[in-house]
Amino acid sequence: MQTDNIEDVVDAAELEAKTADWKLSPEREAMIDDLQSRYPTKKSTLLPVLWAIQEQEGWISREWMAYAARRCDAALSHVLGVVSFYTMYHRKPVGKYHVQVCRNISCHIRGAPKIIAAVEEKLGLQNGGVSSCGKWSLEHVECLAGCSWAPVMQINRTLHENLGPDEALKILGELE
Amino acid sequence: MTKVLFEHRGKKGVDTFEGWEAVGGFEALKRALKMKPEEVIEEVKTSGLRGRGGAGFPAGVKWGFVPKNTGKPIYLCINADESEPGTCKDRVLMEELPFMCLEGALIAAYAIGAKLAFWYIRGEFDLSERVMSRAVEVLREKGVIGKDVFGSGWDIDLVVHRGAGAYICGEETGLISSVEGDKGQPKIKPPFPAVEGAFRCPTIVNNVETLAAVPWIINKGGLAYAALGTEKSKGTKLFSVSGAVAKPGVYEVEMGYPMHDLIMNECGGPQFGKTLKAIIPGGSSVPVLPAKIAMEMNLDYESVQAAGSLLGSGGVIVIDESQSMPELLAILGRFYAHESCGQCTPCREGTGWGSRLLDRVAEGEGKDQDMPTLERIARFMTGTTICFLASSMAMPIQSFFKHFRHEFEALLPVTTEAKGD
Ligand SMILES: Cc1cc2nc3c(=O)[nH]c(=O)nc-3n(C[C@H](O)[C@H](O)[C@H](O)COP(=O)(O)O)c2cc1C
Ligand code: SF4
Ligand code: FES
Repeated sequence: MQTDNIEDVVDAAELEAKTADWKLSPEREAMIDDLQSRYPTKKSTLLPVLWAIQEQEGWISREWMAYAARRCDAALSHVLGVVSFYTMYHRKPVGKYHVQVCRNISCHIRGAPKIIAAVEEKLGLQNGGVSSCGKWSLEHVECLAGCSWAPVMQINRTLHENLGPDEALKILGELE
Repeated sequence: MTKVLFEHRGKKGVDTFEGWEAVGGFEALKRALKMKPEEVIEEVKTSGLRGRGGAGFPAGVKWGFVPKNTGKPIYLCINADESEPGTCKDRVLMEELPFMCLEGALIAAYAIGAKLAFWYIRGEFDLSERVMSRAVEVLREKGVIGKDVFGSGWDIDLVVHRGAGAYICGEETGLISSVEGDKGQPKIKPPFPAVEGAFRCPTIVNNVETLAAVPWIINKGGLAYAALGTEKSKGTKLFSVSGAVAKPGVYEVEMGYPMHDLIMNECGGPQFGKTLKAIIPGGSSVPVLPAKIAMEMNLDYESVQAAGSLLGSGGVIVIDESQSMPELLAILGRFYAHESCGQCTPCREGTGWGSRLLDRVAEGEGKDQDMPTLERIARFMTGTTICFLASSMAMPIQSFFKHFRHEFEALLPVTTEAKGD
């Protein structure tokens, strides 16, 4: 469960008006049309619609939430609730490289604390941090189902397995 | 040892449509489509196949719960959420044998009368998701997903539905909420999903590994499957072994295989000749056992239970002497606190406050009443909530305290008097 600080009051009507003619890329719109012909209800395509937004934009702004609400026949408040429930939807921009290091039990036993320390030092970031240049963000995550190849870290969607601190630093170095 | 799931693992091209066909793939589906749905269910009942997602419920029996002729659509959800710490078996099945997994799912869909199936895959999965999505596309091109499959007159559609980072979506009713486009919050049972699930229609949720065994069962017969394993735990099971062993990995063994052999043979023994301290045999939610007890038990539902734990998902987490048990328990506490969906007070507060107490104990800043408080929290969060996530934190607390109390006490101030609740 994520908790949300609602720092700004959302005016749904204003957001709806502002985004009334927003569209994703034609391929993404076509993909959503296809899914909506298969799924029993429009609302049930909300997760794939949110993924499509995040893949295009990198994160999900209030405006895009209003778009998703319209596209899925759902209330904006519902979309806001869903986006904040799932940890992988970003409500603010993350780095170009979003580094997720597993901190759970199997990785811990195989040396995750050393990986986390090395990565934190290298990037100069703590859990949840985004670098000022916008290139890096760091998150300590729960089990990534890579336990038998622990310790693991995932950068954007690529999983890196059987890491030692040196390997982890090398992988980051290659992205610089 | 007979392999059911890994019979064809590693064969060249077996992850392609043609490769899967070359090893006899889709024969089971074709055979099933010539049978009556009830006959398919009967065959799976005969096999004794039990759910591999954790609860171990007989698959054929569950399929039989779907009410007939309600006029409502029926849905199949394939549970590929795989988020239980220590568990990484479904990933291997999907990445290496995607068409076997899909064939099993299609047979199940036919047996229960579903026209639409959701392949619910956790959002973090990258390769598995790409492989599965591509495999689904191929099956659509080949007409194996679509109208009139293999000329049988049966229609089916299947979509890959990607989660977005929430352990609780692995719980079957949380998964259903997520498929419906909601927060992945579990729902009160009954009604059970088989009667009223997704979109308030009959829905069967099965784990990937459960369904992956179905083609073999249809090909070789339920009796052949039932001949494997033990009397009550039939067939084979995947164990994903992690932690302090030389060769962690995912291994298929017959039910009833000795833990000792799994660790010493398949996994090459302890890593760097370390001494083992403890083993969690079925994913992070089940009770931990001292290594000595765990190494003497066999890997079937009944034996593991008799030894004081549960077979769960088959995620075997091996812990050596160098690890601090309070630290490991604090890690699990943080996990459950992070993943509680927040609906039930005993779970939301119990995981939250429990985790804070576990953290401070592990950091050596605990107070003398912290252990009794944690025991009380664990008791109050067991059986008082909508789903089992709360109990999944209680079981580790209780078992870590039971077997490794001295490690916790060593970190706490000396207690002057024993106080009751
Ligand atoms: C908190 C929680 C998490 C769960 N996570 C998973 C999971 O990741 N994968 C899974 O297959 N089952 C998971 N389950 C079990 C499912 O609720 C359900 O029993 C299972 O998918 C049924 O399939 P099966 O009968 O084939 O095992 C979880 C249960 C609970 C209580
Ligand atoms: S037990 Fe916990 S995770 Fe399960 S429904 Fe209740 S609050 Fe949510
Ligand atoms: S504990 Fe790190 S991947 Fe499972």
